[in-house]
Amino acid sequence: MIGIALLVRRDLRLAFRGSTDAMMSVIFFILAVILFPFGVGSDIKILPHIGGGIIWVVALLAALLSLDRMFAADHDDGSLDLLYLSPVSLGQLALAKALTHWLTSGVPLLFAAPILALFYNLPEAALLPLLYTMLLGTPTLSLVGGIGAAITLGARRGGVLLALLLLPLYIPVLIFGASALDGAIAGRDIGPQFMILGGFLLAALALAPWATAAALRYAID
Amino acid sequence: MQGLITHKLSCIRGEQSVFTGLDIAVNPGRALLLSGPNGSGKSSLLRILAGLLPPATGRIDWEGTNIAADQDAHRARVAYIGHEDPLKPNLTVMENLSFWARMYGFDPNIEPALFQFSIESLAGVPVKYLSAGQRRRTTLARLALGQNSEAGPALWLLDEPGAGLDRGAVAMLANTILAHLSNEGVAIVSTHGDRLDELLAEHADSFDMRKLST
Repeated sequence: MIGIALLVRRDLRLAFRGSTDAMMSVIFFILAVILFPFGVGSDIKILPHIGGGIIWVVALLAALLSLDRMFAADHDDGSLDLLYLSPVSLGQLALAKALTHWLTSGVPLLFAAPILALFYNLPEAALLPLLYTMLLGTPTLSLVGGIGAAITLGARRGGVLLALLLLPLYIPVLIFGASALDGAIAGRDIGPQFMILGGFLLAALALAPWATAAALRYAID
Repeated sequence: MQGLITHKLSCIRGEQSVFTGLDIAVNPGRALLLSGPNGSGKSSLLRILAGLLPPATGRIDWEGTNIAADQDAHRARVAYIGHEDPLKPNLTVMENLSFWARMYGFDPNIEPALFQFSIESLAGVPVKYLSAGQRRRTTLARLALGQNSEAGPALWLLDEPGAGLDRGAVAMLANTILAHLSNEGVAIVSTHGDRLDELLAEHADSFDMRKLST
């Protein structure tokens, strides 16, 4: 546990010091979400219907944006070898990296999303469900993303490969995240969607670090 | 007297055999200097010995036990210095070193290590402003971190540690390695016939990788 805390602290320090990578995800998220009303027109009837879906799709893409650097910096400068040789296991390393990724590119989206919802005239009833679904969904994206980041480590043009690998895996989160918002707008019970998203998060928490560790072991050679 | 012994070790990289039938033995308190041209497998051998790369065939014994039997124990006894300097440009020398000290459970007081490689004046400087030689010194100071801690690593695997160092720093490195050897440690060092070889000569054997190239 101490090892995870040390890693998260170091990586957060790196993220806040000089590097613009951390801000990139949230700025991309805000800009891309704002672009859609310009494209589809500002029809007040259409926007609330597509708003939730668009926010979720762009959140998936924003999560992808910074994923390829999750292990790449440590791989390139030889730190990954040393992390492997340290008493901290690769599974703990995977967990620490996913946590840092979520803190730097997931949490900022939570703050931006309710403001962006205004652009789509989302009804008030959808605001809290939007926050809650993103709170449950974005950590899943970071955890599952770690698997893809570890698999594409060392591959040339890994970023494109990463998108091809991960976007299909992100579809379930998208489906239930967007349908929870739909349900909330229509006044339906959205408990089941929350439970399923929570289930995804628990499953990812248990399985993703393990799969990421296996892929990392393969990348160290 | 048993340190590290390899039996018929071979290495294959990308379907190409790098070396076969490698038998080396290093006793506690001794160093082994690996020499050989580029591509003769010095780095691959060090990575295999560190457990970072699995050997194609053969086995490695530490004090009579196969290292594959307990990989966690093997990782705990290895100090590995590779080609790269695993330092974060945006962190200071102090932050980089204390991160590794804590990750490895070494003594978090890193000042003696800074003095050992005379980089104490650089402690607060971000690594991105250091010269190549200063970076290398910072990387090597990791060896001193383990040395100054209880139960530090016993097996040092150093891949061209002297690259980019000035004469003074090579002497600091040699003294650090000699102190490790006098402590019954084992060091395996790849070199290109530089000054480090002369300084270690009395306590070291040589091994030419060329003999094995296929």
